Amino acid sequence: MSAIAVGGWLAQPLRFYQASIGKKIVMAVTGAILFGYVVAHLLGNLQIYLGPEQINDYARFLHSKPGLLWGARLVLLASVVLHITASVQLWALKRRARPIAYVKKEDLGASYASRTMMWSGPIIAGFIVFHLLHLTTGGAGLPFRELDPYHNVIYGFRIFWVSAAYIVSMVLLCFHLYHGLWSMLHSLGMDDERRRPGLQRLAAGFAIFIGAGNISIPVAVLLGLVR
Amino acid sequence: MNLTLHVWRQKGGGSEGRMVRYEAKDVNPHMSFLEMLDVVNEALTARGEEPIAFDHDCREGICGMCGFMINGVAHGPQRGTTICQLHMRHFKDGDELYLEPFRAKAFPVVRDLVVDRSAFDRVIAAGGFISVSAGSAPEGNSVPVPKDDAEKAMDAAACIGCGACVAMCPNAAAALFTGAKIAHLARLPQGQPERYRRVRGMVAQVHQEEFGHCTNMGECEAVCPKGIRLEVIALMNRDFLRAS
Amino acid sequence: MTLDARCPSGPVETRWQRRKFDMKLVNPANKRKFQVIVVGSGLAGASASATLGELGYNVRCFCFQDSPRRAHSIAAQGGINAAKNYQNDGDSVYRLFYDTVKGGDFRARESNVYRLAEISLNIIDQCVAQGVPFAREYGGTLENRSFGGAQVSRTFYARGQTGQQLLLGAYQALERQVATGQVRMFPRTEMLDVVVIDGRARGIVTRDLTTGKIESHMGDAVVLATGGYGNVFYLSTNAKGSNATAIWRAHKRGALFANPCFTQIHPTCIPVTGDYQSKLTLMSESLRNDGRIWVPLKKGDPRPPHQIPEAERDYYLERRYPSFGNLVPRDVASRASKAECDAGRGVGPSGYGVYLDFTESIGRLGRDTIAERYGNLFEMYDRITGEDPYTAPMRIYPAIHYTMGGLWVDYHLMSTIPGLFVIGEANFSDHGANRLGASALMQGLADGYFVLPYTLGDYLASTKLEKVDAGHSDFRAVENEVVCQIKRLLEIRGQRTVDSFHRELGKLLWENCGMARNASGLKGALEAIRGLREEYWQNACVPGTGEEFNQSLEKAGRVGDFFELAELLCYDALERNESCGGHFREECQTPDGEAQRDDENYSYAAAWEFRGVGQTPALHQEHLSFDYVHPSQRSYK
Ligand SMILES: Cc1cc2nc3c(=O)[nH]c(=O)nc-3n(C[C@H](O)[C@H](O)[C@H](O)COP(=O)(O)OP(=O)(O)OC[C@H]3O[C@@H](n4cnc5c(N)ncnc54)[C@H](O)[C@@H]3O)c2cc1C
Ligand code: HEM
Ligand code: HEM
Ligand code: SF4
Ligand code: F3S
Ligand code: FES
Repeated sequence: MSAIAVGGWLAQPLRFYQASIGKKIVMAVTGAILFGYVVAHLLGNLQIYLGPEQINDYARFLHSKPGLLWGARLVLLASVVLHITASVQLWALKRRARPIAYVKKEDLGASYASRTMMWSGPIIAGFIVFHLLHLTTGGAGLPFRELDPYHNVIYGFRIFWVSAAYIVSMVLLCFHLYHGLWSMLHSLGMDDERRRPGLQRLAAGFAIFIGAGNISIPVAVLLGLVR
Repeated sequence: MNLTLHVWRQKGGGSEGRMVRYEAKDVNPHMSFLEMLDVVNEALTARGEEPIAFDHDCREGICGMCGFMINGVAHGPQRGTTICQLHMRHFKDGDELYLEPFRAKAFPVVRDLVVDRSAFDRVIAAGGFISVSAGSAPEGNSVPVPKDDAEKAMDAAACIGCGACVAMCPNAAAALFTGAKIAHLARLPQGQPERYRRVRGMVAQVHQEEFGHCTNMGECEAVCPKGIRLEVIALMNRDFLRAS
Repeated sequence: MTLDARCPSGPVETRWQRRKFDMKLVNPANKRKFQVIVVGSGLAGASASATLGELGYNVRCFCFQDSPRRAHSIAAQGGINAAKNYQNDGDSVYRLFYDTVKGGDFRARESNVYRLAEISLNIIDQCVAQGVPFAREYGGTLENRSFGGAQVSRTFYARGQTGQQLLLGAYQALERQVATGQVRMFPRTEMLDVVVIDGRARGIVTRDLTTGKIESHMGDAVVLATGGYGNVFYLSTNAKGSNATAIWRAHKRGALFANPCFTQIHPTCIPVTGDYQSKLTLMSESLRNDGRIWVPLKKGDPRPPHQIPEAERDYYLERRYPSFGNLVPRDVASRASKAECDAGRGVGPSGYGVYLDFTESIGRLGRDTIAERYGNLFEMYDRITGEDPYTAPMRIYPAIHYTMGGLWVDYHLMSTIPGLFVIGEANFSDHGANRLGASALMQGLADGYFVLPYTLGDYLASTKLEKVDAGHSDFRAVENEVVCQIKRLLEIRGQRTVDSFHRELGKLLWENCGMARNASGLKGALEAIRGLREEYWQNACVPGTGEEFNQSLEKAGRVGDFFELAELLCYDALERNESCGGHFREECQTPDGEAQRDDENYSYAAAWEFRGVGQTPALHQEHLSFDYVHPSQRSYK
């Protein structure tokens, strides 16, 4: 853990990052960006209930602004990379911090979600890759038509295992956010004893909203409510 | 009552350790946990074996010297209680108990259940103080401190430095301990001049000592014998952010 | 040997000021050339180490715990006195001085006590500035309470954890010096001897408790801040590790030991429940404000308390002291409980306990009021005993709590070995035969922050010290003795555990040199202790080796010293044919059973000189004169 000797303007951010709290804050900020994206994306996705025109127009609108699209993609990509890098580093730190495991260990305060962040996170990452191949590039070998997300979504989700994969991933996302959102507020120092119950409820609410909102789509397709 | 104990035995820092099984017979429910171990140790000593080493001093729950894991919980099953204040009436005949030392890279085992927590001292030395040399203090009442602030500062200052938070944390993080000291001093007017310097110094030292990172799991809060709350960690994070 | 206390003369109010001016100063540039050894990191040791570090001395500080923050001072609950008169209730430095001399039953030095009262003001300022979270009024000013029967509210407190907070303040100041390199901290290191070269203390020999390594540390002066010796009684409210080894070994090297028999017994502790009992827990005295103390009239009454009708209860304090009732002073309350229990009327499994009953006050004031006043104490009681004091009366019994005696020091806190200073509970200086509540913390911090830094400087500035290093032959010789002593303990390989010896020793002392003492009991105890000591050195069982972390060995060394100290306690108690403060000689009581002091013959501090193990020690007297507070007999009838 020796300090890297870097002069000039880089030194300060590096020192910041070297402290584990610095990494945490990076996690939180990138997590927040990703969360923002997921919320926006959900709102976009829910337009599917408004019929093919609505969502396809939306997609065409987005694709008609390459600057905006690529800008957003870059920010997202950077966030994912930083988020994952920090999480892997923190995870490595944790392994080092307790080299000998307990023979017996209970969990008292930690929620299931908080204990499984390092499972839910990577699975979500895997999901994203699959998801991009499925709906963005069409490389997943599933029904795909350029700039017709309505078609892609409906025909994709009619395949049971695809829907199942989405649903499982969304449940994990819900877990990830259930702990992640409150944790993010806590990491950024916005939590205190008085606000905690409220913040935790808020985080849970958002997590469930996002999980349920997304899950509703494959479920609706499978039930034939959206066709 | 009779109990079965599985105790981590390790001769010294460098040597290998293992769990060893002991029987504790005729345990009186009024004994404290450490008194129960005293009796086990008396029997071991009389048999010419080496007694189980464990740290303790005040036996009143205030010095922070005692502490190990009982069945995977730091300080054992009774919330808000150090091991020295835990009594045998909370156990029942036939219980099987696993006693292990606090485990963290930053807390190397000294012997059996004894660990070295001097990392905590170094974290305090890195900024957990107010720089005021003897003789330079102003009149005690010259700076009023709102009652609420004093109470909140006291809540955080109650930390006994036992290390249970680290032991219990899945990441072996020292966030609760460090946050408690930062919060204690940040909540008082006297602590303001060095507020941000302090948090920078202490956080850097925590890292140097190779504690893990906090992922807000809340295990620490659940075992803290002095009821230190997670909010001290949020305060530390906030101050660290401002300090950077 | 003549004992020169070096007290200043003249008006008591200016003695310390004048002495400070007369003292020699060490040139700032020279301070770093001096090495000071401080043994102990309690209030006294931590404050001294921090302050000496701030001044620029090189300090080495030692403690046996794993961190300096764990010193036994951490356990003090009640508070710390200071004559701030914030409550405008008539307090003053003079009143605190007066109360302390009187409370000490006229066996303390006026000069010292006045200085203590004067410095109490600075202590509060210093601690507030360090961030000690004292209780506050809504207006933000410091709050006080009245403590231990004082008529003014001068006690500052931080919840029930005053000692903890004050110690953390001192500890943090100490760590600040550790970070600058001015102080080097040696935790888990036990001092086993002091090294005296050419008549001056020049260092110590220690054992690293983790590795067993024996080491020498050179110093230009040595400060002992190692706390009290209450654990000689085995069961006490002290921490398990508290011991007399440092002061005892210094005593054996020539430092006189003063007033060893002045020990304080606290009436409200949780009673012993069985042979396994390892220590006793104090319950705040304030409980006696609302609780009524009683025992069943019938001996060995097996009924649970609520089945014993009023007519068959004896509220013995209310009966014997109608005007003070349950609020009689600590020593009186303690002796009365002992008398009841000795007569067979004690309660609880061991028969050594009396009831402290809140039924009446709960009825009168309501459960909520009682909970508000004593909630945390009730909870603590419940945690330890598993009984709910709201529904069943508490059981209490007295326990050893504090030792007023200690190494003899002069006004400069220097022992009879030049260069060996003794501060805090380890010395005998300020409390006479009885300490007032909330005054020990005050004394520890006064010594460490504000007295020693001056007097130590004066010693260094006015003494020409030869250069020595830890390789000096005298160091080698002492190291050798230490190693031999350890070897001797390890080679006994006897049948009996060290704890069982210690328990027996404690019982002997408690029964014969505890709350009440008499000549024949003391003589018997001296015999018995000697016998037990001899058995100890033949039959103690100390497993393991010296080259490892070995808690049995640590204990064995300490208990070995307790044996010798116990004898001295008895000698001192036997010699003092009067009752004063914590020392009650059954032969010396007024017709109605109260303590009878003898100022004519015993107005002195008894300073004992060691003359060999098993040898009768030699008594030296420091006569005490009272120019300001004139001796009067205590009365509370
Ligand atoms: C339960 C309880 C409650 C109390 N409440 C109050 C109160 O409310 N108000 C009040 O004024 N007083 C109170 N007192 C008394 C007061 O706490 C003590 O007298 C005081 O704290 C002693 O401080 P000290 O610095 O002299 O010693 P300690 O705090 O006992 O420190 C001794 C130090 O010496 C070290 N040491 C000892 N031997 C060796 C050795 N051989 N080698 C190396 N290091 C050694 C230890 O490691 C420790 O650091 C209370 C005492 C008890 C037991
Ligand atoms: C490989 C992928 C991922 C991994 C390994 C991962 C892992 C983690 C971990 C370990 C945390 C730390 C929790 C904490 O410190 O309390 C975390 C937090 C978080 N993650 Fe992820 N995650 C991944 C992907 C994602 C994605 C895709 C999103 C968004 C949809 C996301 C959103 C969040 C949020 C909002 C937080 C809270 C930040 C904080 O705790 O400070 N994560 N993640
Ligand atoms: C049922 C839930 C979801 C549906 C129906 C859905 C649908 C879509 C569709 C149709 C696209 C393609 C848009 C286009 O290229 O025109 C898309 C892109 C994308 N989705 Fe989703 N999505 C879902 C859940 C998620 C989740 C949970 C995440 C992240 C954790 C996510 C991340 C992305 C990303 C990163 C893209 C690429 C955006 C880009 O083109 O830059 N999606 N999604
Ligand atoms: S925060 Fe709690 S658990 Fe951690 S060291 Fe302090 S008292 Fe112990
Ligand atoms: S359990 Fe560990 S992860 Fe943080 S909240 Fe407590 S330090
Ligand atoms: S022994 Fe002091 S806290 Fe347990």
